[in-house]
Amino acid sequence: MTYLAKPRLHHPSLTPNALGYTRRDYEGSVSTLCAGCGHDSISSAIIQACYELDLPPHRLAKLSGIGCSSKTPDYFLGNSHGFNTVHGRMPSVLTGANMANRELIYLGVSGDGDSASIGFGQFAHAIRRGVNMTYIVENNGVYGLTKGQFSATSDKGSKSKKGVVNHDSAIDLVSVALQLGATFVARSFSGDKAQLVPLIKAALSHKGAAFIDTISPCVQFNNHSGSTKSYDYVREHNESVNKLDMVLARQPINVDYAPGSTVQVTQHDGSVLSLHKLAEHYDPTDRIAAMGYLAQRQAAGEIVTGLLYVDPAAHDLHEALDTVDVPLNSLTEKELTPGQAALDRINAGLR
Amino acid sequence: MPSPLTAVNDFVVKFANVNGSGSASANSMFAKSVLRMGVPVAARNIFPSNIQGLPTWFEVRVTGEGHLGRRGGVDLMVAMNPQTWDKDVAEIEPGGYLFYDSTKAMPEAKFRPDITVVGVPLTAMCNARYSVPRERQLFKNIIYVGALAALLGIELEVIEALLAEQFQGKERLIKANVEALHMGRDYVREHLKPLGLQVRRADGVGDRIFVEGNQAAALGAVYGGATVCAWYPITPSTSLAEAFASYCEELRTDPETGKARYAIVQAEDEIASIGMVVGAGWNGARAFTATSGPGVSLMTEFVGLSYFAEIPAVIFDVQRGGPSTGMPTRTQQADLLGAAYSGHGDTKHPMLLPMDPGECFEMGALAFDLADRLQTTVFVMLDLDIGMQEWLTEPFKWDDSKKLDRGKVMTYEDLEAGKTFGRYLEVDGDGIPYRTYPGTHPTKGGYFTRGTSRNPFARYSEEGAVYVDNMERLLRKFATAATLVPAPVVRKAKAATRDGVIYFGSTAPAMDEALGILERDGAHMDALRVRGFPFAQEVFDFIAAHDRVFVVEQNRDAQLRTLLINEGEVDPAKLVKVLHYDGTPITARFIVGAIGARLGLVDPTGTRAVPEAAE
Repeated sequence: MTYLAKPRLHHPSLTPNALGYTRRDYEGSVSTLCAGCGHDSISSAIIQACYELDLPPHRLAKLSGIGCSSKTPDYFLGNSHGFNTVHGRMPSVLTGANMANRELIYLGVSGDGDSASIGFGQFAHAIRRGVNMTYIVENNGVYGLTKGQFSATSDKGSKSKKGVVNHDSAIDLVSVALQLGATFVARSFSGDKAQLVPLIKAALSHKGAAFIDTISPCVQFNNHSGSTKSYDYVREHNESVNKLDMVLARQPINVDYAPGSTVQVTQHDGSVLSLHKLAEHYDPTDRIAAMGYLAQRQAAGEIVTGLLYVDPAAHDLHEALDTVDVPLNSLTEKELTPGQAALDRINAGLR
Repeated sequence: MPSPLTAVNDFVVKFANVNGSGSASANSMFAKSVLRMGVPVAARNIFPSNIQGLPTWFEVRVTGEGHLGRRGGVDLMVAMNPQTWDKDVAEIEPGGYLFYDSTKAMPEAKFRPDITVVGVPLTAMCNARYSVPRERQLFKNIIYVGALAALLGIELEVIEALLAEQFQGKERLIKANVEALHMGRDYVREHLKPLGLQVRRADGVGDRIFVEGNQAAALGAVYGGATVCAWYPITPSTSLAEAFASYCEELRTDPETGKARYAIVQAEDEIASIGMVVGAGWNGARAFTATSGPGVSLMTEFVGLSYFAEIPAVIFDVQRGGPSTGMPTRTQQADLLGAAYSGHGDTKHPMLLPMDPGECFEMGALAFDLADRLQTTVFVMLDLDIGMQEWLTEPFKWDDSKKLDRGKVMTYEDLEAGKTFGRYLEVDGDGIPYRTYPGTHPTKGGYFTRGTSRNPFARYSEEGAVYVDNMERLLRKFATAATLVPAPVVRKAKAATRDGVIYFGSTAPAMDEALGILERDGAHMDALRVRGFPFAQEVFDFIAAHDRVFVVEQNRDAQLRTLLINEGEVDPAKLVKVLHYDGTPITARFIVGAIGARLGLVDPTGTRAVPEAAE
């Protein structure tokens, strides 16, 4: 389908956002993924989130590794710079890009093979460094591009399309992210746009390492009855902990829910997250409790979705490194090269 | 017994110590004191891979003539390590000297009849004067420096001045150290007499500085405008990243806010290190990593991406003995092929080949201009001998009018003006396309970077012709690189000759010395020092102008020679291998021996064979 160019003309009914861009301005090339792929729904949610956030598209950099999920950055935000890097190594490239220019918004897109297997180490270290980014794993529990091998997030006991049973324990990326100190941890489902769009908006507005594990059924290799990441399985076992509204700082905060069922979390940049508690006693600012709750529901065979944890006072890598406020890539010889006078001093100390 | 050696400003002292005993700073002070008397030295630490309690050596070549290569052989052994005593004593040249701690009587059989033995009861002196064990150990080192100064004619005031600088503001420490220094001197004055080896004040050092190559390269990175450093500790490169951190703190802190104009991350491994460098380079910052052979192996996938996606990156490869973990604390020039052709598929990368810390500084800065200009990974190939040893080198110089060359970058204004932007589009005939930094323009200049094949406008394409066009353009870019890397340095023989020699990097000082010896013996030879890869045409012209060319390098497989043959289609029969790869730095004696044998010169130096690998 890649030979089909998208029509450039905008439909008159497309409404522009505060920047004057329509949703179409946040789209990319036509997807080459299979029809019905969960990943395309996630791309669509990203487009919607950026449009609603009034983000200048070119101020976002999208990075990915290798795999079906990592191909998707070509299919959204066509005016943004994108980088399809090396299998499992998106986190390091994103970290370096972020070090070079702290002013852009960084969106990392990865898959379960990319992040839980070959790139498990880089996933862990980027999270623990607190790189200011949104890290989305499009999790289908299977290797799609190489046709159906198990990934490290495939559930123990699940059956592949070929009928092979997985005997290895699964890696639960949200539990790991919580353990490693991610300051924003969420899980969602590609088929649940109402939940996913606000989560992506909140993650993009979060200053720190924001992680969203998005279960995204693979229609070719992992959407059958033996799979725990099929559309049917997830819909039956989904346990949503909260419903999220993402409110930008500059807009009035509207809360139309009864007191007692809503938690408001003000993020670092002043934006407010309104969380409508659906599960009893769920407090998304309590990391330890979140880990316990996840484990309990998992034991009961449920997949917990929603915003599982957020640290509203998160710090990022640049704060830790105490770098200057301007992007490092904007510094010139004036700020960078100390000159002969400094060398004379250094030379004198080496005699 | 041969008569005791006599020499002025031309001898080798070797210290045999126990690692972690505090000897390093005392030994370095000894070397510096000779320098301060205007006499050049070549000093080298020889250290097995361990931290505490095991043997370590420090070798100082006192060289009035300024030969900075290792000489080989030992004229005075300072034997402070009982563990290595037998080997250390065996290494002394006939007629040489042995300095030892004579507190405990040694059996006659432990000495040699053909050397002069000088005993100073260091432990006894320390025990009498100091009660704290740590003091006994540390001051023992200073006492032997005082004793050696008296034995070798080193001016004590020079060492006192060095102590005063080292412990500036700590009067008590200065006083205590000077006292220990005098204890050593006084013992020699009372009980011994000066040796036949003497240091005499000269004017051979000039304004040269004494510095490690890693430190110099790090300073080069500061001057070259590097703002991002991601690295993973590995000997012998670690001190490069650490020096960068400390220079940045000093030179790159915003004077108003106190904030850092740099970002340094110690990554989880070498793959992440180069990943961050590539990410930062893609995003328009100057970025580097420092590593050694095993690290380069891990980085190869990213280096391949950098080649194909055309992203600037700088890798300082401080080479050590391979393969595998190999000899991690020994020197070699054995990563040449691995770096030059790093990656999968058809790849090749520019390399800069510094010969000493002075060039480490220059090339350390230049590498960033070249990486931006060529939009690719540039390797700076140091080795342990340059990187971790202090060398006497010309003072660092910088032209204050120099601007950083950011290469071909299309700006917001260019895009607004309607310039055609194709990320992989050949525009100027030099194979180098234009790039944009992410975030430049809301609607123009954005593109998707990938390691897969694409057309000149960065759109995915697996068409054969499109792929081949791109690969051919990359070759043109590589040809451009040959004109931008540092030019080779040619040294013509005094008489016309059909013999030539090619060498590079830390072989330079030994080569200079060897050429002098060969010339003295009537063997004339033109010499060319390679400083960059891809090779300039001048390198191949040099080969064409000679009948026989020796290629001298420090690895087993003749890697420079392989590159010359491969890149220049040179007749292999013309290039004669001269290979030194036992982990010790190459010496003039070795080169003269190896080339001399080929030239039919019998024992050209008049010296006996001396074991190369001493330890």
